Amino acid sequence: VVERAEVAPWHRLHPLSPVIRAGRVFIGAVIVFAGTLTPGSNESRSGVVTRIVIGVLVIGFGAISWLVTRWRIEGNDLRIETGLIRRNSLRFPLAQIQAIDVVRPVLARVFGLAELRLRMGGATAGHARLAYLNAGEADAVRAQLLALSQGTAPRADQPPENLLLSLPTGRLVASIVIGSPMVTFLVLVAGFGTAALLSPKAAIAILSSSGAIAIGMVTFFWRRLNGGYHLTVAEAHDGLRLRSGLLDTTAETIPSGRVQAVRMVEPLLWRPFGWCRLEVDVAGRQHRGGENSPERQQLRDVLPVGTHEEAQRLLDRILPGAAVARTRPPARARWKAPLRYHYLSWGHNERCAVTTTGRVARVTSWVPLTKVQSLRLVQGPVQRRLRLATIYLDTAGRAVHAAIRDRDAAEARAQLGELTTLSRAARRT
Amino acid sequence: VATDPEPALTQPAEAWLHPSPRLGTMRRVEIVAASVVAAIAVLGVAGLAALAGAANFTVPALLLAVIALAGFLGDRFAQRRVRAWAYLEREDDLLVRRGVMISRLSVIPYGRMQFIDVIAGPIERAFGLATVRMHTAAASSDARIPGLPHEEAARLRDLLARLGEARAAGL
Repeated sequence: VVERAEVAPWHRLHPLSPVIRAGRVFIGAVIVFAGTLTPGSNESRSGVVTRIVIGVLVIGFGAISWLVTRWRIEGNDLRIETGLIRRNSLRFPLAQIQAIDVVRPVLARVFGLAELRLRMGGATAGHARLAYLNAGEADAVRAQLLALSQGTAPRADQPPENLLLSLPTGRLVASIVIGSPMVTFLVLVAGFGTAALLSPKAAIAILSSSGAIAIGMVTFFWRRLNGGYHLTVAEAHDGLRLRSGLLDTTAETIPSGRVQAVRMVEPLLWRPFGWCRLEVDVAGRQHRGGENSPERQQLRDVLPVGTHEEAQRLLDRILPGAAVARTRPPARARWKAPLRYHYLSWGHNERCAVTTTGRVARVTSWVPLTKVQSLRLVQGPVQRRLRLATIYLDTAGRAVHAAIRDRDAAEARAQLGELTTLSRAARRT
Repeated sequence: VATDPEPALTQPAEAWLHPSPRLGTMRRVEIVAASVVAAIAVLGVAGLAALAGAANFTVPALLLAVIALAGFLGDRFAQRRVRAWAYLEREDDLLVRRGVMISRLSVIPYGRMQFIDVIAGPIERAFGLATVRMHTAAASSDARIPGLPHEEAARLRDLLARLGEARAAGL
């Protein structure tokens, strides 16, 4: 093994990491035990001892995992070693970084710590996690990793960021209140109300059994509020920077040129206000698990709620030259897609393709042609009878699949050829 | 077939390559085997019923007729599907065409291929065939060519790997 010249020393995570990792479990446990430990409860001694032993074990395992974990930057790789019995050495090539998040749960903020999370591209990609580092150190490491991933030297001075947008809290709250999840919630409440009027006994049964749903709802609304609270979008020298959060904060950096697709969603209920949601898709597999992981939502909301004007301004920065004239499909497509028809349209220029679709909410997707992985022309039996065809543009993103639906078959074939040529040219430049 | 390539994708029909005719035989054998298994099951149940004293010949006979018809129709459809598979190597990309009911035409640029699998299951191996599957960074671009003779599969794999390396583009 040839060691590179610039081998940095090994680093450890912050010593408080196991405490914070165990913290969530602990808070939950304390809430549960608080009920049983109230004076007067005849708690058996062995029960208390068991719990203390479990607590000590949790801390102990955390401490061991901290002891055996270390990381360093080796040339153009980030290397993380972990594991006591089965040593696990992970190597993350920095050139494949798709985005870097600095995540700070409440407990970590109390201690001034932060977690660094690297989203990697590639087929077998995972996520590199460094939990937890000092907040200042996390920022420095993020800047260093980003610079290395782009092949530049890390800059000592951080050039000022160009603030593109900040989200007013009032509008965020309004957008959460006016939305389809809230409608679902109200329908459930109304159903419960009628049930209570008809038979109080049944209502109690429903209430006691729907606790999990209620908790799920509250968590959902909370996550939305927290995810969009005080959101600012800024353009830094190394990419797009998103910061948000009320209690748990995230600061995410999407290096320029890593955006696979952009999607704008206009829900029906927001239309009177002229609001829309703008989402950005980056490459990498969807990752489950991890405490309060913001990537559990498939797409990152660049703009949870905003006016068309704001969305357009952001879009111009994320995908320059994305404004394209669109054409509608032939009228006979109404027979194939009766609900979608009135939204269907698409257009392209030499850099970008845009498609609009949706049944209730209007969904507009922009795909830069440099990011098109493959193209497919698909024609189902109904479409064949109507002389229609659909073109799919496959990207490495996780959620946005641009489909140019129900075009005239001859036009679709011609466009498949043109899009192939254009995306080849875009790839070369 | 409705997927005659449009002008920019035009290639003479004979330029398209097809899976080996042995793939048709293989599908036929699979369908015959499945039908035979189903027929044996029907006969077995009928035999047990006859032993139990409830001799009835119309139901098993009807079931056997249905199995035979399903096998026949299934085979016809499978043969059409085998004939619909085609692929074409162009300068910068590979075209794969398939499907009878839903016809699909995929364009996979060589530079976008991340890795290439050659898969041969036990039945395919018995016929000396293999499936080549191309993977891009997009999970939705599912391109595979079944029923290639081993040497053709190996040729395609090496060609795609070489071209993919020469034209590789980052994410």
